[in-house]
Amino acid sequence: MGYSKLIKGLLLSMLLVIVGCGQKEEGTGTDTSSDSQTSSNTNNQAYAPTPDGNEQFVPVLSYRTGPYAPNGTGVANGFVDYLKLVDARDGGVNGVRISFEECETEYKTDRGVECYERLKGLGPTGATVFNPNSTGVTFALTEKTTTDKIPLITMGYGRSESRDGSVFPWNFPMMGTYWTAADVLVQHVGNLSGGLDKLKGKKIALVYHDSPFGKEPIPLLQKRSEMHGFSLTTIPVTHPGVEQKAAWLQVRQDKPDYVFLWGWGVMNSTSIKEAAAVRYPREQMFGVWWSGAEPDVTPAGDDSIGYSSVTLQHSAGSDNQVHKDIFKYVYDAGAGSGDRDRVGEVLYNRGMLNAAIVVEVIRNAQSKYGQKPLTGEQIRWGIENFELTQAQIDKLGLTGMVQPIKLSCSDHEGTRIARIHTWNGKTWEYSSDWIEASDAVIKPMVETAASNYAKEKNITRASCES
Amino acid sequence: MGFFVEVLIGGLMAGVLYSLVALGFVLIFKASGVFNFAQGAMVLFAALTFVRLIDILKDTFAPIMLSLLITIALMVVLAMAVERLVLRPMVNQPGISLFMATLGIAYFLDGFGQTLWGSDIYTLDIGIPKEPLMLLETVFEGGVLVASEDLIATVVAGLLVVVLAIFFQRTRVGRALRAVADDHQAAQSIGIPLNYIWVVVWTVAGLVALVAGIIWGSKLGVQFSLSLIALKALPVLILGGFESVLGAIIGGLIIGAGEKLSEIYLGPYVGGGIEYWFAYMLALFFLLFRPQGLFGEVHIDRV
Repeated sequence: MGYSKLIKGLLLSMLLVIVGCGQKEEGTGTDTSSDSQTSSNTNNQAYAPTPDGNEQFVPVLSYRTGPYAPNGTGVANGFVDYLKLVDARDGGVNGVRISFEECETEYKTDRGVECYERLKGLGPTGATVFNPNSTGVTFALTEKTTTDKIPLITMGYGRSESRDGSVFPWNFPMMGTYWTAADVLVQHVGNLSGGLDKLKGKKIALVYHDSPFGKEPIPLLQKRSEMHGFSLTTIPVTHPGVEQKAAWLQVRQDKPDYVFLWGWGVMNSTSIKEAAAVRYPREQMFGVWWSGAEPDVTPAGDDSIGYSSVTLQHSAGSDNQVHKDIFKYVYDAGAGSGDRDRVGEVLYNRGMLNAAIVVEVIRNAQSKYGQKPLTGEQIRWGIENFELTQAQIDKLGLTGMVQPIKLSCSDHEGTRIARIHTWNGKTWEYSSDWIEASDAVIKPMVETAASNYAKEKNITRASCES
Repeated sequence: MGFFVEVLIGGLMAGVLYSLVALGFVLIFKASGVFNFAQGAMVLFAALTFVRLIDILKDTFAPIMLSLLITIALMVVLAMAVERLVLRPMVNQPGISLFMATLGIAYFLDGFGQTLWGSDIYTLDIGIPKEPLMLLETVFEGGVLVASEDLIATVVAGLLVVVLAIFFQRTRVGRALRAVADDHQAAQSIGIPLNYIWVVVWTVAGLVALVAGIIWGSKLGVQFSLSLIALKALPVLILGGFESVLGAIIGGLIIGAGEKLSEIYLGPYVGGGIEYWFAYMLALFFLLFRPQGLFGEVHIDRV
């Protein structure tokens, strides 16, 4: 009897401690907690159709729990906040409201496919366009979306050869594929060395997440290695990347001139810590754009200073007009998805930019099919014929975050330029000019890989002439 | 040769870190015959609670100490809740049922911890030195590099083993724990309070989880991935035996050294990335010769 009273007492104390903790955070208003930032429930309300049916449904595949949550949450918050902004500020796209539902994938391929199946039929015209936020899920959905006629926007990830619209009509790896990222990195370290020809005899190590995502840059790096005479060592790190001692001892042994980091989630900060532990200079480490955000560097503290990554055009920052609007129409209205102080972080901006592009392709499709809810097939036209001009970029309040984009049937990527940014211990700073990936190198690789895929899947190339 | 020694030492140090997690499994199995699948989740929950409380109590006179005490109290509460809500209703049920129940506890704790404290990465700095040490510079060219935080983890693990060995062998409660592990009903029949013993053992496992969480958390940052470290402890348990504290340590050393050496020296021939499954292969290889694990107890049942 006494024992059960003790349990009740302790449970009550626990509850009081928890309540007390919550009150303290609320009272100080400081960023001691990321609970709101990372809450898995913020946007998970089920989709409910509007009575008039005048809405465009946008499915949101996100991961706010699991090992990749610290990175996935920022992307999801930026994406959802922008959709809320368009609805609150503009009343939707030309009067057509934007509705959405989030589905938690935990960055798992099977969960991603399950979410796709659950969400694809929602809304008056079905799902508009999927943004899988995972290369693994993209691989799994590539064939399904062809059958279901729903486009996939994979901004900065997915299959590199999927930019070839004649073989991958439903895939849109907009703003950069992994081959683009790897090519920009090679050019950047070439510039640092005094020219690409100076890479001859140098060593580059690729420390990569042992998954389809991590393996994507290898063909491009091998090609560049043959062209310029540098040696390439590939070092895999198994999921989720919490134990990398063997990889970094190998780096210490090989002493490469540069290390390219192709990680995601906890792998990135662990890599930086391990690099420090083997005294590998962070100034010689360059990550892909999924290895260059705040959650990748802050856990490693000062060990991250000097570390760089290629950007998907944008870095951190919350001074654009679009951010001001998000604060005004979303956060001031109490509808923000995360912590106000974290609006403008690298991954938040990426999600926001991704949503902005989704909204603009809907707008583009409406210009042909009318201001009404559109089908996935109609939206596909809107993406393939999408052009984002500087004037539109300025109008959207995105000046400086993105450069003009122009897609076509044969080019589903739209642009291949990027910058490098470097962590100074407090924030990211751009450390290079714009660098354009060489299409003379990438295009033949895309054509070969896409042809192989077409042959393997028995796909007839579409004509891009009309 | 210097590089080989460096990989070997690095592997042994990594192995000690695995052992820290494996110890929690061993404790509960040794004392209750239950394979506690929730041990990884307990590591995460303990570390998350600790690091978030430090943040909340940062304006007090001793945030780390206060957080530590509150976290310990919460781990005691957790042990009581597990005993009261999960184990007590399942007394004398088959081991597999108890195992399934711990699966449920693992999922609950994973979700509850993240809902309560958030799922971001939280930096945990309790003053463990990070600067690597360079040893044997006169013996090997370039010396042998050893991470100082791994050295500290080794000392902590060593101390834990000593304390746990004394606890199990020399104390009355420890002997009662072993009696319960052998036979629930027989232990009850001679007056050993089963419920109390279960609370004690889950509390001790919770404290070991807290230590493992602090060490791993200061290394990686406190985040969900800490719960996955339990997967690294499984081959250690298979190899060392589920009932032996010493086996968890020796098993950890063998697995740690084996996986690092294999990754460096065999990996390049098979495309790399083999250390994860190689650990299991190594453990299974040992099982061919000692099915009960290196230090596991041999059970002979009359049929």
